[in-house]
Amino acid sequence: MHFGIQNIIFILVLGVAAFLFARKFGRIWRNIKMGRNIHRSDRKGERWALMGRVAFGQTKMVKRRTIAGFFHVLIYAGFILINIEILEIIIDGIFGTHRLFAAPLGPVYDTAINFFEILAVLVIISCLVFLWRRNVNVVPRLKDLKGWAKADGNNILIIELVLMIALLTLGAAEANMEGSEAGPWLVSGLLAPIFSGVSQENLVIIERVAWWAHIVGILAFLNYLPYSKHFHIILAFPNVWYSKLDEKGRFSNLESVKKEVELMMDPNADPYAAPAEDAAPPERFGAKDVTDLNWVQLLNAYSCTECGRCTASCPANITGKKLSPRKIMMDTRDRIEEVGKHLDQGSEKPAEDGKTLLDDYITREELWACTTCNACTEACPVNIDPLSIIMDMRRYLVMEESAANQQINMMMTNVENNGAPWAYPQADRGNWIHEI
Amino acid sequence: MEAEKINVPTMAEMMSAGKKPDVLFWVGCAGSFDDRAKKITKAFVKILDRAGVNFAVLGAEESCTGDPAKRAGNEFLFMMQAMQNIQVLNGYEITRIVTACPHCFNTLKNEYPELGGQYKVMHHTSFINQLLEEGKLSIEGGAYKGKRITFHDPCYLGRGNGIYEAPRELIRKLDAELVEMRRCKSNGLCCGAGGAQMFKEPEAGKKDINVERTEEALETQPDVIAAACPFCNTMMTDGVKGSKREGSLPVLDVAELIAEAEDL
Repeated sequence: MHFGIQNIIFILVLGVAAFLFARKFGRIWRNIKMGRNIHRSDRKGERWALMGRVAFGQTKMVKRRTIAGFFHVLIYAGFILINIEILEIIIDGIFGTHRLFAAPLGPVYDTAINFFEILAVLVIISCLVFLWRRNVNVVPRLKDLKGWAKADGNNILIIELVLMIALLTLGAAEANMEGSEAGPWLVSGLLAPIFSGVSQENLVIIERVAWWAHIVGILAFLNYLPYSKHFHIILAFPNVWYSKLDEKGRFSNLESVKKEVELMMDPNADPYAAPAEDAAPPERFGAKDVTDLNWVQLLNAYSCTECGRCTASCPANITGKKLSPRKIMMDTRDRIEEVGKHLDQGSEKPAEDGKTLLDDYITREELWACTTCNACTEACPVNIDPLSIIMDMRRYLVMEESAANQQINMMMTNVENNGAPWAYPQADRGNWIHEI
Repeated sequence: MEAEKINVPTMAEMMSAGKKPDVLFWVGCAGSFDDRAKKITKAFVKILDRAGVNFAVLGAEESCTGDPAKRAGNEFLFMMQAMQNIQVLNGYEITRIVTACPHCFNTLKNEYPELGGQYKVMHHTSFINQLLEEGKLSIEGGAYKGKRITFHDPCYLGRGNGIYEAPRELIRKLDAELVEMRRCKSNGLCCGAGGAQMFKEPEAGKKDINVERTEEALETQPDVIAAACPFCNTMMTDGVKGSKREGSLPVLDVAELIAEAEDL
């Protein structure tokens, strides 16, 4: 084959796909940067090691849910390795060559393609298993996915099936073509008899259709990602890199509150001191909307693939309360997207549509059901932290709105007045000593 | 057998006598005021006494670490509690703290350092293990030999701080049969008390969390449910109350198991 109209079309398709993806990616990046600043670039060595283990090595995927973990690793390995071939496809597409790497690589090329084809079969099997688990024998944690969330999961699996079938069809058609310099390969060779009676002209057409279906499918899939939960295949890596490295029990100390309390406790502080003229307006305590969250929390929301392991391990959810950590992440992403749309339409300030993450997406009842047990953060295969969002929203409720319920208020009053959550006098704190 | 009275000095008493303890026992609110949790406090004091540990408590100078306030979202109140406590602790030049409450443990160990309170903080289960290693204490097994004991992981000890083995080590030393629940260690299910839930009614749902967890404990057919947190203890005790094992299944802190086994 030589450079021709097909290659011009290919270059155009490739260019448009790359442009659209870059534009959408840029918008998501901008949305994530709406979040408050947080320093998460320390301890770089640990972060790379963690990313290697958790994101690349998928240790948390296979830790407890072995069946899902096993098939996920197959799809993941298939995805990463088969896509090495994309390089060749793109070069062939641009220059009108055919299997450019086959001749120079020789037997290495055949081994690689054989390996990719085996992976393709494993990916097909895994996708079928996952479709089964999503639609026929539905896994409990996937049951409450409705509407777009449910369709999204199926779309991804179907696109992956189509891509793999196109890849194998390509090889099978080629195996029947006269003068074919490469192949036949392991799996497509076995499938070759399907096309045995087909004329040479039609084989060329089948081969071309499969080739185009494969590459256009990949480019379409690339552009589907930013709208889908499947975006995790890219963001899981930075998401794990920027994880919280401290003990799970350690919650952040709010710097803004620390300053206030230090002033209160400092006998030398001037109680009438006015803030400096150029001082920034004070930050809201806690989070009412997505712009009050930090950018790692927003990155978390875009990295969530809605697997529901967090919700399945949440004690509140297990016992029938409304709280679902997965919903916290999905709501956060939906709200970021909504705010992002206002920015796309030229709005100066991100969130002035009268809506907020609190109440319009996440209810107070959900927030108060959390026991802060860290089961969700432990369960998440990509180290998403729904608990930090719940905590920041509780902080807003209590410190900005004084909206805790009566029992919580009673507990806080007691702590404030007598240094214990119950109404016992502080002077009696050592009484037990005399009871020994 | 009530032997001679154990002397529990406060920091103020120690200071005025010109003495310094090796370790401060941070009792916590539950351990100071709650009748059930006070038994845990006393059991641990007996262990400290038996091992000849030079310890002291703060007594009336101790105050809530601020954990429930912080987890409820009241960062202001938490910081005020923390800074006051740090003033007291630093004033006494405290360097080592041991506590029987995983919530106090977590807050003192993880959240105070940034605010100026830097101490070596241990949970009592790790501390007792250390006493055993140093030969200051020995366990013979005794009353719990061969008994089926299941251990409930407190969230702020286990997942919160990665301590799963210290309490289990102690149970094994009792020659007891440690039986694990379906969800244990990093997969452990919360008792339902954390995040200030202890002090409020739960939200509407199908079931209370402590009931769910107690049912899971009952599946292991235990003779004893072991806990290592005063709040978990309360929740599991309440869970057992409504069950068919009411009255025949004690919920005990690991420190109590040891104190009883050694007949302290």
